[in-house]
Amino acid sequence: MMDKDMGRGICEKILSASKADQTEILIYSNDAKLTRFADSEIHQNVAESESEVRIRVVLEAQGKRIGVASTNQLDERSLKETLERAIELARFQPENPEFVSLPGPLPFKAVGSHVERTARFGAEERAAVVSIVCRKALESKLIASGAFLTAERGILVANSLGTFAHHRGTCAEFSTVVMGDDSSGYAGYLSLDAGEIDGEKLALEAIQKALASRNPLSVEPGKYTVFLEEYAVNELLNYLAYPSFGAQSFLDGSGFMAGKLDQRITGEKISIWDDGNDPSGIALPFDFEGVPKEKVFFLDEGTAKGVAYDSFTANKAGKKSTGQALPAPNPDGPTPINLFMRPGKSSKEELLEGIDKGLWITRFHYVNHISAKESILTGMTRDGTFLIEGGKVTRPIKNLRFTENILEAFKRVEGISRKTKLEPGFFGILGGNRVPAMVIRDFSFSGKTEF
Amino acid sequence: MIFKEKGTFILKEFALRALNQAQLLGAGYADIRIVCRRFETINVRNGYVAALSNDETDGFGVRVLFDGAWGFASSSFIEADEIDRVTALAVAIAKASRLASRHRVDLGPPVVSVGKYRTPVLVDPFEISIERKIDILLKADAAMRAVKGISLTDGSIGCLRETKLFASTEGAFLEQELIETGAGIEATAVGAEDVQKRSYPMSFGRQQGKIGFEMVEELDLVGNAERVATEAVQLLTAPPCPTGKKTLILDATQLALQIHESIGHALELDRVFGMEASYAGTSFVSPEMREKFLYGSPIVNVTADATAPGGLGTFGFDDEGIPAQRVPLIVNGRFENFLSSRETAARLGMQSNGTMRADGWNRIPLIRMTNINLEPGDSTLEGLISDTEDGLFLETNKSWSIDDKRLNFQFGTEMAWEIKKGKKGKLYKNATYTGMTPQFWASCDAICNRDHWRVWGVPNCGKGQPSQTAHVGHGAAPARFRDVQVGV
Repeated sequence: MMDKDMGRGICEKILSASKADQTEILIYSNDAKLTRFADSEIHQNVAESESEVRIRVVLEAQGKRIGVASTNQLDERSLKETLERAIELARFQPENPEFVSLPGPLPFKAVGSHVERTARFGAEERAAVVSIVCRKALESKLIASGAFLTAERGILVANSLGTFAHHRGTCAEFSTVVMGDDSSGYAGYLSLDAGEIDGEKLALEAIQKALASRNPLSVEPGKYTVFLEEYAVNELLNYLAYPSFGAQSFLDGSGFMAGKLDQRITGEKISIWDDGNDPSGIALPFDFEGVPKEKVFFLDEGTAKGVAYDSFTANKAGKKSTGQALPAPNPDGPTPINLFMRPGKSSKEELLEGIDKGLWITRFHYVNHISAKESILTGMTRDGTFLIEGGKVTRPIKNLRFTENILEAFKRVEGISRKTKLEPGFFGILGGNRVPAMVIRDFSFSGKTEF
Repeated sequence: MIFKEKGTFILKEFALRALNQAQLLGAGYADIRIVCRRFETINVRNGYVAALSNDETDGFGVRVLFDGAWGFASSSFIEADEIDRVTALAVAIAKASRLASRHRVDLGPPVVSVGKYRTPVLVDPFEISIERKIDILLKADAAMRAVKGISLTDGSIGCLRETKLFASTEGAFLEQELIETGAGIEATAVGAEDVQKRSYPMSFGRQQGKIGFEMVEELDLVGNAERVATEAVQLLTAPPCPTGKKTLILDATQLALQIHESIGHALELDRVFGMEASYAGTSFVSPEMREKFLYGSPIVNVTADATAPGGLGTFGFDDEGIPAQRVPLIVNGRFENFLSSRETAARLGMQSNGTMRADGWNRIPLIRMTNINLEPGDSTLEGLISDTEDGLFLETNKSWSIDDKRLNFQFGTEMAWEIKKGKKGKLYKNATYTGMTPQFWASCDAICNRDHWRVWGVPNCGKGQPSQTAHVGHGAAPARFRDVQVGV
């Protein structure tokens, strides 16, 4: 893992060598280890170590021209060649009239998201947790599969206008699918601290689901009241947010937020925001341009309130960057990666008791857009789908395909859990979302499958 | 560019050092890949260059078997000390794998391939100037923006060069240089409550292949730009596609994704054995179904062909050193073969058919589709349409989803043309169709001939943890399917 001083040294060398009018350096360091298991044994076990240096240059003669080049070789020659490549790319391209400037230096408040125990977590420690899950699954005559990831990341952004921002963080993610002949169950946990991964607890959660989902009943597609576990809510949130909460689709009109600010577009129980400074998420206090992250409300009690900006879209719209830039070049624009959904007031048990007839959905699989503009998604249920009768989970059912307008579905939210859970964001664990469980009335299922 | 800087001789010394070190530490098998990948991408949007980048990533990965358990470690720092550290880490990880191990990995017979391979290209895409590439995209962009009603235009050209060296303790030693070129355009029309997009020649941003810049010239992005934009505007006012059981003719690009999702992934033997169960899922296909199960109608013949000229899934050797090959997967509708690796094939007493590929130096090889091709039939597209009384002709993928055993699928397409009494009629928008894999392929009653057939590239196939993106191909010509559920 590259430390701050080494990164600063690299940035200073590049900045002093650069003949571009503006120069930006992003150094992304990653030490990641992942143990994968299937058929109740470890079958893949990997480690990687890399630091990537990404250089963006701006040439101002005869209009703004931008070039980006990257390398993961840190010797002086490679860095010099990469800078030259970036300048050459910029030189050959036509002027970009919409580009104004790289962002200048702005203060940010450091937020702790590094846990030393995670950074040091070893292959034997990962194997010990995996062994617990595999053993418990085999004791129940089930098969366990899954993955245990630990990662330490460093992000450093510097530019010729004086920006210098450095952050390092860790994360650990464990997920498992436990399967029987005709059943399966899922459990997952994401944290900054690998020591919080409780193999016994996660094994129990997945095993209980796998045992309870044996001999599933086939139910017909149609409209059902659904209890969506946090895993399922997170899938919907990721696909709702990705194409529409950034300024690009807002400005070009292709996202559902376009033209809808200050209008109620979904149910009043729904509030969604991005906050890179909240330590209960996977915090990152600045974006990949070094701009401090602001708390941005996208939906507040169902009303469209704002979108995420990077420096390019902010300049274009006459706004201020909210600190949601992704690494350059990024033609798809800014994207929030630290999402939060406002919790409700009920326990999950109380939410379940309130459902006379409905379906319990553990998670969704292969969700995709039918129409991002209309927030219509489709996907399959997976790893624990049950019938709810009289406020209780009564029988397992075979998996169903949903096709639903999510903003419309959020108008039919009957209840939201008061506890939330940290789940991976759209780009995996680059960020994280904190989501509750929820109950939605008349959720549309359009098809079914054979298992 | 580590290969240029250090030279193959020094890299070979590094590779042998790692293999020797692994053996000294007790590894029963080890291989190393040293990989340099250079990717140049140009995105043009609404008349200006929105992204122009040149990315280079070099590194090496060491994979070892210790007492029948896997370990892998990788690093971007290619020096002797780091080779030693990473090799020792790979062995230590393999030892940890034994703590939760029930079976010893058997790789089957040794692989001792020695050779070199380079993608045959007429025009090296990196020899074409940036100005020339930008000029093509800007001209196409201008032609799209000239169409009234177009709000957004996108175009991209991407070029990839991957140089890699593979060596194993069994004696394999391979050098490969793989070259890719891709290009495409998109026009978007935005209405008050509706957004419609048309892509050319396919969606996912571009068509891509293991081919030189000649492909970009042949695609004629500029010549197709006005048509693409006009169709996007037409879609805004087109009526929604009617629902119900329909006869469908799928264009080759949509069929490519249908093959990808409902045949290619389903026949990956690691999925069948549950090795992807917790993430991408498993498969409804089992080893017992080989040579028995009817996957489709008798005209459905599907081949995995890693040798197909220009195919995005074409190479010389896979990342276990197995030579590229052409393998029948489905013959006259009957399921014959899986896509396999050394480890998975050995479990069936077979030999790998060479589909293991890694997404760069920091990933292990996984079973990936090569070019999974639906072999051509004997129809023409015109003949197929004139032979269809009542149906729809669907073009260009827009949306995709399938369950985790690859049975229940739902796709959306950009365009849907009514077919009435053998003639193309009204244009519809927002078409989706859904079905179950075996029933769908059983309903295939006509496939167009080789004149309509080409290998389409899918450059965004995701699999594995940590995630890997594979570049795969699908040969396809338009084909007809009966009684398919359209809409929901």
